[in-house]
Amino acid sequence: MSKGRFGNYGGQYAPETLMKVLDEIDREYNIAKEDPEFKKELEFYLNEYAGRPSLLYYAEKMTKDLGGPKIYLKREDLNHTGSHKINNVLGQALLAKRMGKKRIIAETGAGQHGVAAATAAALFGLECEVFMGITDMERQSLNVFRMNLLGATVTGVESGTGTLKDACNEAMRAWAARADDTFYVLGSVMGPHPFPTIVRDFQSVISREIKEQILKKEGRLPSAVVACVGGGSNAMGAFYNFIEDKEVRLIGAEAAGDGVDTERHAATITKGTEGVLHGMKSLFLQDENGGIMPVYSISAGLDYPGIGPEHAHLAKTKRAEYYPITDKEAVDAFCYLTKTEGIIPAIESSHAVAQAIKVAKDMTKDDIMVICISGRGDKDVYSIAKYMGVEINE
Amino acid sequence: MNRIDLKFKQLKENNQKALVTFLSAGDPSLDVTRETILEMERCGASVVEIGVPFSDPIAEGPVIQRANVRALKGGVNLDKIMDMVEGLREETDIPLVYLMYFNSILSYGIDRFFKRCKEVGIDGVIIPDLPYEESDEIYEYTEKYEVYQISMVAPTSTKERMKNITDKAKGFLYCVSSLGVTGIRKEFKTNFNSMFDTLNSLSDIPKCIGFGISTPDNIRSLKPYADGLIVGSAFVKRIEEGKTDEDKIKSVGELTKELYDALCE
Repeated sequence: MSKGRFGNYGGQYAPETLMKVLDEIDREYNIAKEDPEFKKELEFYLNEYAGRPSLLYYAEKMTKDLGGPKIYLKREDLNHTGSHKINNVLGQALLAKRMGKKRIIAETGAGQHGVAAATAAALFGLECEVFMGITDMERQSLNVFRMNLLGATVTGVESGTGTLKDACNEAMRAWAARADDTFYVLGSVMGPHPFPTIVRDFQSVISREIKEQILKKEGRLPSAVVACVGGGSNAMGAFYNFIEDKEVRLIGAEAAGDGVDTERHAATITKGTEGVLHGMKSLFLQDENGGIMPVYSISAGLDYPGIGPEHAHLAKTKRAEYYPITDKEAVDAFCYLTKTEGIIPAIESSHAVAQAIKVAKDMTKDDIMVICISGRGDKDVYSIAKYMGVEINE
Repeated sequence: MNRIDLKFKQLKENNQKALVTFLSAGDPSLDVTRETILEMERCGASVVEIGVPFSDPIAEGPVIQRANVRALKGGVNLDKIMDMVEGLREETDIPLVYLMYFNSILSYGIDRFFKRCKEVGIDGVIIPDLPYEESDEIYEYTEKYEVYQISMVAPTSTKERMKNITDKAKGFLYCVSSLGVTGIRKEFKTNFNSMFDTLNSLSDIPKCIGFGISTPDNIRSLKPYADGLIVGSAFVKRIEEGKTDEDKIKSVGELTKELYDALCE
C-alpha cells in the first residue's frame, strides 16, 4: 500500500509527471513541521496577520432558545479574509517559499480559498494564478474582483460543469506543466498525498484552540463538535484533536441541495461510492460507469462530488457521523443565527448550524456543543436574497 | 506471446520503429472507431491506443477532453467498447491497448475488467493516474489475465523512480516527452539524450515517446531516441474536423501514412 493512507482511502493516484514534486513536498513538509523556525514563523503570521486565536463564543441566546446543550461558536469567520481558508494558505505559502517556488496556483469554488491564496501571494510577494469554474465566477463575481485586486490572475475553467471539480482538474493540469517553479496550494483535505495530511495539519489549529478554550471556560470537553463538509478542511481541522477523545461526538453536515432523493445534491458520504479522482481514493458521487456526476448545492463551497479521504475513513469506522442538510434548512439556519446572535454565517457554515439545531434536540442542558462557523456570510447575502425572492441591487 | 512483445520483436528484426496511434473510443461512434483502427493499421500503425472516455481526464489537453465529452454524450461505455474490440479481433491482430483512468476500472470491477480484456483481446492498459506506487492494486490481475500495464516515465522522473518503473515495466515504456498534458506542442525542451541514456542503461524494454507529437518533422527529430513514437491529439483533431464519417477515417489514414513515411525514412 502506498503512502498517505487513511484505512483504504487516500494514496497518490497522480500522473508520473507530478510524482517527483509530490515527493519533494512530502519530504520538505516533514522537515519543516519539526523546524522551530518554521513553526515560529507560521505562528507569527497566524496570530499577527490572520488574527488567531479565533474566538470561542458562548451563544447564550441560541442556547436558551433551543433549550438543550450549551452552544459555543468557533469563530473562524473572524479570521482575516473571512474564513478558515487562511490557516492552510499561510502554511502552504510559507512551505512554497521555503522550497524556493516563486509562483503559486490554487483552485477555488466559492472563491474563499482563492481569495486566501491571492492574499498570501500578495503578502509574500509570490505570483498567483487561481483556477475557477466559469459557473462559479458568475455566482461569485465579487470574489473574482477581489482576487484581481490582490494581484492574482483568475483563469476561468469552461470544461465539465464549470465548477470546483473542473477547477481542480485544470489546476492539476497546469501544475503538471510547471511543477518546477510552481507550488499548488490545494484548498482542502483532498488530492494526492501529502495534501490531505498537510491541509489537515494546518487546519488542526482550530481543534487545538477549541480544546484549550473550552477547557478554560468549562473545565471539560464538549459533547459534540459540528462542522460543514465539502472537501472537508474546516471539519477536519475542527475534529482532528478530538479524534482520540471518544466521548466527543464528531458531526459533519454535507450539502443535500434539493434533497438526497433528488438529482440535485452534493451529499457524498450519504450517497457516494468508492472511487479515484483528483489523486485520491475516497467516496465520490458517480454514475454506473464511474463517470463523476454533476453536483449541486446553494453553497459553491460545498459543491464538490468527493470528500477528503480522512473523512471517508472516519465515516467508515464510524468515528464521525455525517448528515445531509438541504438548501432550505441551510438558508433557515443562516437567517436564524443572523437574527438570534447577530452573526451572519457563510452559507457553507449554515449547514453546520442547521445540523447542530437538529442534534441539540437529543441533548440535555449538561451537554456542550461546539459549532464551527467556518466563514462569514457577507459574500452570500445576494444569493440568499435571490433564494428568498427578494430583489436587491448588487 | 503477448501481441505487443511479438510486434516489437518483429519491428526490431526488420530494423523498424513503431508508430503508436491513438483515438477516443466512441468519437463520434464506435462504428467509426472500429473502421478508423483498421484504417490506421492499413496505413502503417503498429499499435493502437484506444482511449476510454472519462468525465475528468486530468492528463489530457483540450483536444482529447473534447473528444471525451463527445463520446460520453454519444452514450459510450466500457461494455460497448469491449464488444467493439471483440468484433475487431475477428479482423486484425494489431496490438491494442486502452488508455484510461483508474476510476473506470474500479467502477467496472478490477477482476472483471482484466478478465474481459483478455477475452476480447486487449493487450495492455495505460493508466495515467496509476503510478507504480499504486499499481500493486492491479498487479495480481494483470498477471492472472496476462494483460500488460504499460508504465509511464516523465522528464521529471528521478533515476531511482526510472529504475523502479522499468523493473516492473512490460510491453513497452511510455516516455512522456515533456511536462504538462497531451496536445500539440511547438517545441520540446526535454534533454532526450540524457533521459534515454539513463533509461537504456536501466532496461532493454522498447521505449516509445508520446505527448505533443503531431507532424512528420516531430517524428524525424524524435525517432533517433526511441523504438517508437506515439501520436494522439493530432488524430483526434482530424476526427473532430472531418465533415463526414468517411472524411474523418480518410483524413486519419492520410496522417498515419505521412507519419509512417517519416518514420521509415
